[in-house]
Amino acid sequence: MTRTDKWEHLKCRVSSFRNNYTVIPGLYAIGNPDADSDVIVTANYKYSFDIVRTALKGLNPWVLVLDTKGINVWCAAGKGTFGTEELVKQINITSLKQVVNHKRVIVPQLGAVGVSGYKVSKATGFNVYFGPVRAEDIRSFIETGYKAGSDMRTIQFPIVERIILTPMEINPALKKFPLFALIVFLIFGLQPNGILFKDAFQVGLPFLVLGLVAILSGAFMTPVLLPLIPFRSFAVKGWILGMATTFVVIQTTTILEDENTLLFVLAYIFFPMFSSYWALQFTGSTTYTSMAGVKKEMKIAIPVYIGSLAATAILAILYKLNQWGVL
Amino acid sequence: MKYLLEVATLELISERCKGCGTCVEVCPHGVLAMDNKKAIIIDRDMCMECGACMNNCSFGALQVNKGVGCAAAIMNSMIYGGQPSCDCSGDSKNTNCC
Repeated sequence: MTRTDKWEHLKCRVSSFRNNYTVIPGLYAIGNPDADSDVIVTANYKYSFDIVRTALKGLNPWVLVLDTKGINVWCAAGKGTFGTEELVKQINITSLKQVVNHKRVIVPQLGAVGVSGYKVSKATGFNVYFGPVRAEDIRSFIETGYKAGSDMRTIQFPIVERIILTPMEINPALKKFPLFALIVFLIFGLQPNGILFKDAFQVGLPFLVLGLVAILSGAFMTPVLLPLIPFRSFAVKGWILGMATTFVVIQTTTILEDENTLLFVLAYIFFPMFSSYWALQFTGSTTYTSMAGVKKEMKIAIPVYIGSLAATAILAILYKLNQWGVL
Repeated sequence: MKYLLEVATLELISERCKGCGTCVEVCPHGVLAMDNKKAIIIDRDMCMECGACMNNCSFGALQVNKGVGCAAAIMNSMIYGGQPSCDCSGDSKNTNCC
């Protein structure tokens, strides 16, 4: 892999660059494979392809790339694009039968969500060998006669992986930050006779800081500290951390020092909820949350979010009415 | 790490199992194991409902309400209908999820 590849991989982790990072589907030779060489199946996301070809260096295998619209194996398998039909299609298009004189195709284990081994075998005569979860284990999988121990078969979610995934959580959250800022400035700046920018900044700025901290608390700190935060629910984990960070920020700075009690209550209702929301979004990046579980969380979380937003709105209105001397 | 308890929809119909062991092989969370030439569920709470076992059981012995454990996907399906999925793929307008 060149430096350009590595730079592109970094971009895949932080931006939507990854949505258009593909290789052309088909059969690739890594090194000098022959008719006895193994066939390893992967997705046409270039990042996935690069990891696979790096892991296979020196083994001289064939790599069969499926058309997954540039999506990695697991996500594409969930959607079905990395699936039985596409694998059968590529085996036929590439005339794999003429290329190799054996009947083995090695499919990454996480592709099993989309690839049905017995159906591929019925349709093509090729037998699907489910390889290890991680590309780095393919070599030892092949060398031990296509056997994978449970360590190669189970997926972990260590801190490094959780950190790697956070930029793509923080990035979309920050994209919505200008809208949040606008609302905050409008609320604090609005006066009966127009918008007062001095007020908007004086009270608004601390709220922007709290908002930023809440986003980081939900989209970064919660994923990183995941197993250390009590409770299993992501919404609850995010809320706890949001409460803690809001408290720390308010206590250790002069933010909201001279302000109204209404604003204190508002801050403690809104920001932990805001953090909780971003933490709940992280369920989509994890390797262990189930649909039934997330649905159960949402059944409780969404009404709580709506209630918190309503309470926040009421408190903001009361604060303004109070400020304008109406109350 | 373990997610919420007692929610996963995975079911094993033991009478249909022929003991091939493929489900044990494809499960990424060690939910299944072989016991006396039959598959058994040893830790249902680890199940993330990916559907790999069901998809690879030619005897129909495994049933699971397969889906993605992703809040954004579930929210989208509640708003726009359809099954929750990582459907943002290949759609340049929606770059927010998986």
